Amino acid sequence: MNKITREKGQFKVVGTRVKRPDGIDKVTGRAQYGADLVVPGMLTGAILRSPHAHATINSIDTSEALALPGVKAVVTRADFAALDDDEMIDIADNCLARDKVLYHGHAVAGVAAKDAQTARKALKLIKVDYTPLPHVTDVDAAMKPGAPVVQSGRQEENVQPEHSENVTGYCEFGHGDVEAGFAKADHIIERDFKTAAAHQGYIEPHACLASMTNDGKADLWCCTQGQFNVRSLCSAILDMEASQLRVTASEIGGGFGGKTTVFIEPVALALSRKSGRPVKIVMTRDEVFRATGPTVSSSSTVKIGMTKDGRITAAHAKFRYQGGAFPCATYSFGAQAAFAAYDLEAVKSEGWNALTNRPKEAAYRAPGAPMAIYAVESVVDELTQHFGLDPLEVRLKNAARENTKAAYGPTFDQIGLVATLEAAQKHPHYSAPLGENQGRGVSCGFWFNFGGNTCVTMNLNDDGTVGITEGNPDIGGSRASISMMAAEELGIPYSDVRTIIADTSSLGHNDVTDGSRVTFAVGLATIEAARDAIRKMCGRVAKIWGIDEDAVIWEDGYAKPSGPNAGDFEPMSIKEIAAISSNTGGPIAGHYEVNADGAGVSFGVHLADVEVDPETGYTQVIRYTVFQDAGKAVHPDYVEGQMQGGAVQGIGWALNEEYIYGEDGVLQNAGFLDYRVPVASDLPEIDTVILEIPNPGHPYGVRGVGETSIVPPLAALSNAVSRAAGVRLHELPMSPPKILKAITDRG
Amino acid sequence: MQFVTAQSTAEAARLLAESGGAARVLAGGTDLLVQMKSGMVEPATIIDIKKIPGMMEITEEDGGYRIGAGVPGQMLGEHAGVVALWPGVVEGCELIGSTQVQGRCTMVGNLCNASPAADSVPPMVAANAVARIEGPDGSRDVPVADIPAGPGKLNLKPGELITSIFLPARPKRASDAYLRFIPRTEMDIAVASAAVSLELAEDGSIAHARVALGAVGPKVALVEDAARAIEGTTLDDAALDALMAACRAACSPINDKRGTVEFRTQVAGVLAKRAALIAKDRAGEKQ
Repeated sequence: MNKITREKGQFKVVGTRVKRPDGIDKVTGRAQYGADLVVPGMLTGAILRSPHAHATINSIDTSEALALPGVKAVVTRADFAALDDDEMIDIADNCLARDKVLYHGHAVAGVAAKDAQTARKALKLIKVDYTPLPHVTDVDAAMKPGAPVVQSGRQEENVQPEHSENVTGYCEFGHGDVEAGFAKADHIIERDFKTAAAHQGYIEPHACLASMTNDGKADLWCCTQGQFNVRSLCSAILDMEASQLRVTASEIGGGFGGKTTVFIEPVALALSRKSGRPVKIVMTRDEVFRATGPTVSSSSTVKIGMTKDGRITAAHAKFRYQGGAFPCATYSFGAQAAFAAYDLEAVKSEGWNALTNRPKEAAYRAPGAPMAIYAVESVVDELTQHFGLDPLEVRLKNAARENTKAAYGPTFDQIGLVATLEAAQKHPHYSAPLGENQGRGVSCGFWFNFGGNTCVTMNLNDDGTVGITEGNPDIGGSRASISMMAAEELGIPYSDVRTIIADTSSLGHNDVTDGSRVTFAVGLATIEAARDAIRKMCGRVAKIWGIDEDAVIWEDGYAKPSGPNAGDFEPMSIKEIAAISSNTGGPIAGHYEVNADGAGVSFGVHLADVEVDPETGYTQVIRYTVFQDAGKAVHPDYVEGQMQGGAVQGIGWALNEEYIYGEDGVLQNAGFLDYRVPVASDLPEIDTVILEIPNPGHPYGVRGVGETSIVPPLAALSNAVSRAAGVRLHELPMSPPKILKAITDRG
Repeated sequence: MQFVTAQSTAEAARLLAESGGAARVLAGGTDLLVQMKSGMVEPATIIDIKKIPGMMEITEEDGGYRIGAGVPGQMLGEHAGVVALWPGVVEGCELIGSTQVQGRCTMVGNLCNASPAADSVPPMVAANAVARIEGPDGSRDVPVADIPAGPGKLNLKPGELITSIFLPARPKRASDAYLRFIPRTEMDIAVASAAVSLELAEDGSIAHARVALGAVGPKVALVEDAARAIEGTTLDDAALDALMAACRAACSPINDKRGTVEFRTQVAGVLAKRAALIAKDRAGEKQ
């Protein structure tokens, strides 16, 4: 269904670059993040973590810790509720281990004490008796029969019997006769790839403050991407009614998907319940790396056949992901996203998930897609090199368009891939000359996007200004975008609108901030809430004028008679309507509640130029341009920021970021010194080109833009490095030792 | 925990000796505070040496420079005399930490942290710098090359502390350079590093050289064979190949999260070659 009500050229506020509402607070240090709240009587919480990669817990003796003066409470998994849902049990087991510790750094117990020093001392006094077990951290090793079993009994029925018990899930997507397709190809390339686990790398570590009173009411303040989700999970784990737990989201110092679950929050609540005091827990960076979720690591095999003029005849991919010690569905997102950019007659995409002794993966920006599309785009690039074809031409020749049946099932509506590829082709970057040891890489990227449960309230203030109450933390500029859409719909200035993020007791349920859903779904609900308020305002004015409600229309912030037949009345402004609202029926508010569908998919194309030092394997990114379909860019600064941010995270993943495990199953680089995210001086200006192919599922055509941008950099960089170094690379990250070895082996 | 601001080197040495190893010296604190916060060390006593006379000073001495143990990288980098005489030492020191850290970190602290990857140590070794040590038995001078004993270990006796570094005088047509390899451009630790100090003869050939490598063995290595490989040459291709080969032969690195044996060995040679060329250019510019 086409919901578009406002087209290009009709926008007054949307599409402008207004000041961000949180800017002053953030640059002056006034913004309150997870660790910033301090309350009287507060205790400091700390977590005891497993020194083993895999071990049975025989017993936990907390008596000495409890006897230490200043220690007010100690909790273990036994302090959580009995749960019956597998997913909930996994989440609780990850917050505090049950019978086994499943990875190095897995939480075992929590302590609340009068200060941090006492809490740390108390941790050393907790006696845990472990029996170490064999461990496995590599995905291919974990899938082999005979591998140490991380958790038994978690395998789904459709998993092939030749795999170990660690393989929990299998999926298959596609259509057409793949073997017949390969028979039509002039050349077939099949390659194996590996990608390392990468952490979201948010600057703000997880932090929370929990306060539970003796009557069972609790308040929780925390940094999260979804306060309602935190409430659902914590109330189940603590066996509370949702109404008794109020969760307030703090400002958030980055999430990127990693803050869509709970880690320390249930522990802080349990400690507060036991001690009768507020308890604050703040993770160290070391804990963030060891015990919160990075994304999956992967091993994959991709086979693609092509004719000599660049038409893909068939494609078959196998994706093997590990997402740590608990089952996850990320492999299926990868298998579905892999070939989204292509219009294929014959395609098969398979995925497996394996358990390993690593931390439970958490969502990371387009979870599962970057590593799958990296493998596909690498093989496509190698085929274009084989035939001497232009990489963008080949992608255009095979590009998915409106009415293409996607490999993962649906038939695409209006999509922006072709426009994006054409924009890249025309851009001066694509024709700029390259120097010695330089190479240019191209990759497409894709993300599904999501809508979901959303609830918005719009209140008209006495003076005619407007307050919007929404329920998703602002992780990418949503307060500005939502205020802008409200202002646009109401026909009032942006400065007259203030959007706040409500706690869980102040608004209906809102799904977690994921799937690039907020600007789309909350924006849609905001527009509808504004329309609800407009209907009410028109109704009030109709009463004053003594005419029918439908004879009053809304235009540019004024109620007006719909035409000469409606009567001759002076238009009434929103301020006038607000001022007399107490005489016309009382306060005016608009509401909208929806489980939004119609989140349009988003495609992007990245161009990357690199220079590789042939003597050291060092890669310098020298030019980078992002082309992406935003549907409608509500606040272009933020859209560009999302495009740049995703590109930078992808560049880090491609070049240096990786979880490095020792033989002992211990993560060796749990800090920003050796977990190498790019620093500012590593990067060129990331140039951006916003395409606007309206999404029919949103009144203004908006598509989510937060995730697609991390998908193409992996292959764009790998294709650029492979061309610059004269040797094809099949493994991420492409750290200098790997590149130098490839160059040396090439001779 | 006790914090003492020492007023003299004698007092600092006495406190160190009395502590029986439980005291730590604080100059810039850019290693010590990080280690304390992460729980790696819990010293009983911290001895701040910055208030001891001379610690924060750079003084000319016999045509060279004596650099107090408290002098931060930022101050060294702004000293025109040291920059002109020993640019390689200065560039090594300026690579310690971030801009903020540069305001506090010191060469002596970098030396005493005893990491084989320390950025200021290879250029000090190439410069034949000398550390002045004060201790219970008085004062002694020791070449910087002889201070490290291995990762985390120093050739200092109980109660001894380094109070200054002396960078010697040198002929007019001489210079030095330091290069390190890191996978990023900033905020990282050397995976391999090389410092080269050169003196040019009248004809522009290399009269005398010293080559030091970092992060490719348990301690910073002075590679005599590498120096011999380029002395008497004008850094022609054959000489550079010989330099690289000598450097690689001197490497005994480990495989770890930062790099492989193979990579470190290969890159150490490349860095020595590039540092030699830079040092020669710098020396040649001083007509």
